[in-house]
Amino acid sequence: MATANPTMFQASDLNQHNQRVQQRYRLLFGLMTLLLITPVLLILGTLVVKGGAAISWEFLLTAPTNGMRTGGVFPALLGTIWLVTVALLLSVPIGIFAAIYLSEYAGDNWFTRTINLAIINLAGVPSIVHALFGLGAFVLFFKFGTSILAASLTLAVMTMPVVIVATRESLQAVPQAFREACWNMGATRWQTIRRVVLPNSITGILTGVILEVSRTAGETAPIMFTGAVFFTPFLPQSVFDQTMALSLHLFVAATQVPEIAEQVPFGIALVLIALVLTMNSLSIAFRMWLRGKKKW
Amino acid sequence: MSTTTQALRNRATDARTAEDFDRRDPDWYVDKLLAGIVFVCGISAILFVLGIFFFVTKEGIGFVFEKMDFREFFLTPYWSPSDAEDPEYGILALMAGTASVTGLAMLVAVPFSLGAAIFIAEFASGKTREALKVLVELLAAIPSVVWGFIGLVIMNPLLIKWFDIPVGLCVLNAGIILGLMAAPIMTSIAEDALKAVPDRYREAAEAMGATRWQVIYKVVLPAAKNGLLGGVLLGVGRGFGETMAVLMATGHAVNIPNSIFDSVRALTATIAAELGEAVVGGEHYQVLFTIGIFLFLVTFIINLSADLIVRGIRKG
Repeated sequence: MATANPTMFQASDLNQHNQRVQQRYRLLFGLMTLLLITPVLLILGTLVVKGGAAISWEFLLTAPTNGMRTGGVFPALLGTIWLVTVALLLSVPIGIFAAIYLSEYAGDNWFTRTINLAIINLAGVPSIVHALFGLGAFVLFFKFGTSILAASLTLAVMTMPVVIVATRESLQAVPQAFREACWNMGATRWQTIRRVVLPNSITGILTGVILEVSRTAGETAPIMFTGAVFFTPFLPQSVFDQTMALSLHLFVAATQVPEIAEQVPFGIALVLIALVLTMNSLSIAFRMWLRGKKKW
Repeated sequence: MSTTTQALRNRATDARTAEDFDRRDPDWYVDKLLAGIVFVCGISAILFVLGIFFFVTKEGIGFVFEKMDFREFFLTPYWSPSDAEDPEYGILALMAGTASVTGLAMLVAVPFSLGAAIFIAEFASGKTREALKVLVELLAAIPSVVWGFIGLVIMNPLLIKWFDIPVGLCVLNAGIILGLMAAPIMTSIAEDALKAVPDRYREAAEAMGATRWQVIYKVVLPAAKNGLLGGVLLGVGRGFGETMAVLMATGHAVNIPNSIFDSVRALTATIAAELGEAVVGGEHYQVLFTIGIFLFLVTFIINLSADLIVRGIRKG
């Protein structure tokens, strides 16, 4: 009877105008994203090209020679491994327990908010203030001297929020029903956490730990006055020794060593970036694998 | 008599007392012990923040109480701490250095990171979105000393060539470096804020015939306003507290900048550069810790306001 209105499904002028506006903004924001990312990729490309020339097994496995003007990065690489390992031994257990408290025990009240604010602050305080804290507390007050221990403690305090935040998220992702089922069997709170919550979130916690490795390895300012030195001919033997570190070594090579062979600092930068980005990619890949695998 | 009532009667006459339900077995003690440990670790963040404030203050307080003239400290631009006879500690120029670099960085980073966040959260989809998110996360991970190195060896010659200036280590250089550094962090915080807007808001607007852009502009942005502002503030805090990149890219000259091509020096960089040569417990050393107290308090206020602003969104 009634014939279909032929214009009913046609876009009106207003519709078309709105569509054009949308397209324009989409393009604008897309370009902004591109402009944000491209320069960084170009810079990273330059670093890879220039630093790549310096990288070899010899560069990684020998000490600097000729007043740091030539030679490799082995003592700095080893020092970074020492610093990161000791820092993680200290911060990961405390960080995981702190996250367990926030996720499993804490109520939604002002006290928990204060803890959260403290975590944000711990992550937000300038790294150089952490350095001052490490110097005042660990080097001088606790008398550890400038040592791997003091530097690692400083790094541990500084990067702990990374572990806390990642762990809390993965603990909270475990469904509440899992816990309730366990409690109903007569398990204590800790038994539930140990047997049900932690096994179901361990991979998520691991992503946080890997991220922390990357953060800790890249920090420079907090270790400058607490345990890392510009140059030392000795490799660290214990946590009370001073050490060289990759991040500080880059700073020193770039600013303090005249007539350094040009590819050396580029090589150091590349090793540092490769270390940090590999850790981060690992963490991201882990997270994606986890998301695909999730059963609930 | 039904079995149920029988059972109930048995229970009523059952001689078990409260003691029988008391289960102080080893598991109970383990549970209590771990609850204690977990609590101590839980409050560790508070203890650490208080510890930072305490130890930084402890080292710097001598100067604050005995010799510090607040007016001279904050309002004069003369910084010559190693002058043996009459050392001068005015941080105005250093504050100007920090402010100019952070300000320029935010000018670069805020619009771009908000734009990128809108694109990633609202326009991009599927693989593009995942790829961009991963890329942004990786960019945020580049250590600050590497950024400083980039400013020193890549940006420096480029700026000299482009603008025909004698030295490329200046406000512009550090501003760009700091902007590139802060942008990925701000992008991911802003993206989180946009994602936190419930999908039903978008669906309601789309059902009324709004285009994607109209939804973003009229619905998503107003709803995410506080989260976005909080993200920007955290970015400002980041820029303000950045040390290594600023130390290497500003040129490190005590100076109130007149143009973006002037070299400056930042508060953080001053501590990093001079702490090594200051005598422990001496006046110069104490002044550097006093700057540390100032930095701590300012970032504390920034973080606190960011937290309060973001929290406003949840209440409203």
